[in-house]
Amino acid sequence: MATQVVMPKLSPTMEEGQLSRWLKKEGETVAMGEPLAEIDTDKATMEMQALTTGVLRKILIKEGESAPLGQPIAIIGQAEEDISGLLGQQQPQAKAEPAAQKAEAAPQGQQPAAGNGGKPAVTKQPESTGRLIVSPLAARMAAEAGIDLRSLNGSGPGGRIIKRDIESALSQPKAVSPESPARHLRAVEPSPAYAPVTAAASAYRDEPASEMRRTIARRLVTSLGPVPHFFLTSEIEMDRAAEMRRNINSLDPELKISINDIIIKISAAALLQHPQVNASYQDKAVRYYNHADIGVAVAIEDGLTTPVVRSAEQKSLSQIAREVRDLAERARNRKLRPEEYTGASFSISNLGMFGIEEFTAIINPPEGAILAVGAMSAKPVVRDNEILVRQMMRVTMSCDHRVIDGATGAKFLQTLKKYLENPLYLVV
Amino acid sequence: MAVITIREALNQAIREEMLRDENVFLMGEEVAAYQGAYKVTKGLLQELGSKRVIDTPITELGFAGLGVGAAMVGLRPIIEFMTFNFSILATDQIINSAAKMLYMSGGQFKIPIVFRGPGGSAFQVSSQHSQALESWFAYFPGLKVVMPSTPAYAKGLLKSSIRDDDPVIFIEQERMYGNKGEVPEGEDFTIPLGVADIKREGTDVTIVARSLMVPVALKAADVLASQGVSCEVVDPRTIRPLDIGTIVESVKKTNRVVVAEETHPFCGVAAEISTEIMERAFDYLDAPVKRVSGADVPMPYAKKLENLAIPGVEQVVAAVREVAYLD
Repeated sequence: MATQVVMPKLSPTMEEGQLSRWLKKEGETVAMGEPLAEIDTDKATMEMQALTTGVLRKILIKEGESAPLGQPIAIIGQAEEDISGLLGQQQPQAKAEPAAQKAEAAPQGQQPAAGNGGKPAVTKQPESTGRLIVSPLAARMAAEAGIDLRSLNGSGPGGRIIKRDIESALSQPKAVSPESPARHLRAVEPSPAYAPVTAAASAYRDEPASEMRRTIARRLVTSLGPVPHFFLTSEIEMDRAAEMRRNINSLDPELKISINDIIIKISAAALLQHPQVNASYQDKAVRYYNHADIGVAVAIEDGLTTPVVRSAEQKSLSQIAREVRDLAERARNRKLRPEEYTGASFSISNLGMFGIEEFTAIINPPEGAILAVGAMSAKPVVRDNEILVRQMMRVTMSCDHRVIDGATGAKFLQTLKKYLENPLYLVV
Repeated sequence: MAVITIREALNQAIREEMLRDENVFLMGEEVAAYQGAYKVTKGLLQELGSKRVIDTPITELGFAGLGVGAAMVGLRPIIEFMTFNFSILATDQIINSAAKMLYMSGGQFKIPIVFRGPGGSAFQVSSQHSQALESWFAYFPGLKVVMPSTPAYAKGLLKSSIRDDDPVIFIEQERMYGNKGEVPEGEDFTIPLGVADIKREGTDVTIVARSLMVPVALKAADVLASQGVSCEVVDPRTIRPLDIGTIVESVKKTNRVVVAEETHPFCGVAAEISTEIMERAFDYLDAPVKRVSGADVPMPYAKKLENLAIPGVEQVVAAVREVAYLD
């Protein structure tokens, strides 16, 4: 009996996949477990295996096309079998169902000559579960207002989100924290003095957003909009940490410990001292993590990902250094497994190598905080009424105010600063 | 302003244009001695003479062809089809000659001709004599298609059609000849082709309606107003060229559309309008465009079935409530 092959869920955050490459052609035989296609998910290119044995009868989406989870993408059956029943229905299915059931739903029979004018007999579409249904207008309004469509319940047919749902979401009062995100948004608006010289709008080109770019976009608007951010900045003297790094690396050049590795290690230590920061806001609970699973933002072509160093508090600096190098390398080749880039309890984003002195990062929900690390540079500082030159580094922590309050975050940063300025604490 | 019927308004338009321009002449079955099968041409033979008001034999292809030839040499014929059902016999001359002559002669021959007559559903004359053909003619580049829904539109649009240098298909709804309305006085009153009219302003749903469906849409809008739904009714008046800009502007305001027509749905004008809206205003739509069309069957003879085959106020109200998510 012929069966449909549907777009599988290959990562926890995947909602649709792009068919990167078919590994079988129509008419070729496939065995259960054999690789059938390569699927570009939001994070990585994954191999998809056949779940049944037979002949690849029909390919339903071309290479380069995308399909939501559960949408049929191919049909596997016997060589001579009639698959017209399965071809007739292309609507998204939650999951593959027995083929016998499907054949019944297919349009069939002659239409009366005068009736229906070529309109195919429409079978009732099953209520969709995973897919977001939204009117074009509502989608545009939500995008303009920064509303996460997934947070809404559609009042239209089949749960379609329509204009009035957006309007009612907009009329809900927003929770305003003492340091509301709006203040920061305003701070980055161009001043009137920088009004563009040319009156005409610039020419532009549109390139289709990659799966990763779309995931980044979708995930981040669930952050700065709904998550009330506030930001704490601290300046840290890094001379001792830098000296420690030099000393360790001189023991064995192969170790290649970076300043960032030290920051990961020390952040982990500080997180264990301040469990309120190693936490995340859940719907009706605050979740405290036992370990410091630290996400490290890695820039890759056309996007970024955050591979996770698990239980960083238990690992040695050399272990952390090796692990980060390996994760970053595989991230760039899109070879990370989903469990390697999800489920961090805290993240670190370092733009120091780009000469960025200081910046703010957007929290990767549901994590409670992210540390934005700037460049280390020599600066004059005053110590005991003397001007000295010191290696200074500025870090800014973005906190989710639902779990972390100002003083809590400040205390964590204090500990982080103390440890980084005196890294011997690590061995105390 | 005088209150007259569509029939009288058309008669005035033809008479005034024939008096204004001696190149205009009228030709068709029973247009002269019998004064017109629907009395649109009443009194014209007596006033303007048999050289310019000409009865033809029952030969639609022949007199349509004579008209195209006359237009090629500089006259401005008005060809009356007793009903547009009979224009089907003349389609070779309309489509292959009139519509294409300007293009195929490299611009040497303009064809300033009007093909006019009653069309659409009539009263119990069954399948062959009760049908709406505007989507056929609107399909072809080179033809203009005009459908008046009031006496004022009938007069103003017919005068513009006669003065137009391109072939115009002018379809008068057979059931509407007796409809009365105010018509501005004066020979200079014309309505430009290709301009829609907003018959009623509203904020919640746009109803696009033409010809027979305009009064239906206006009645539906009254019913809906009493239910708290504000409808904007747009009459394109000219099917081709279509004033899609006015329709799209209305949709951008209301976000929801119903397109009403008495024709069959498949490949109909409402299908075209729906697509144009989708292409130009997709991001403004809060609901799929909804068509209300005639039944997809040949027009039944039986009165009750005939009533069921032509959309009425009830169907338009239901469609509006559906796109407004009220049910």
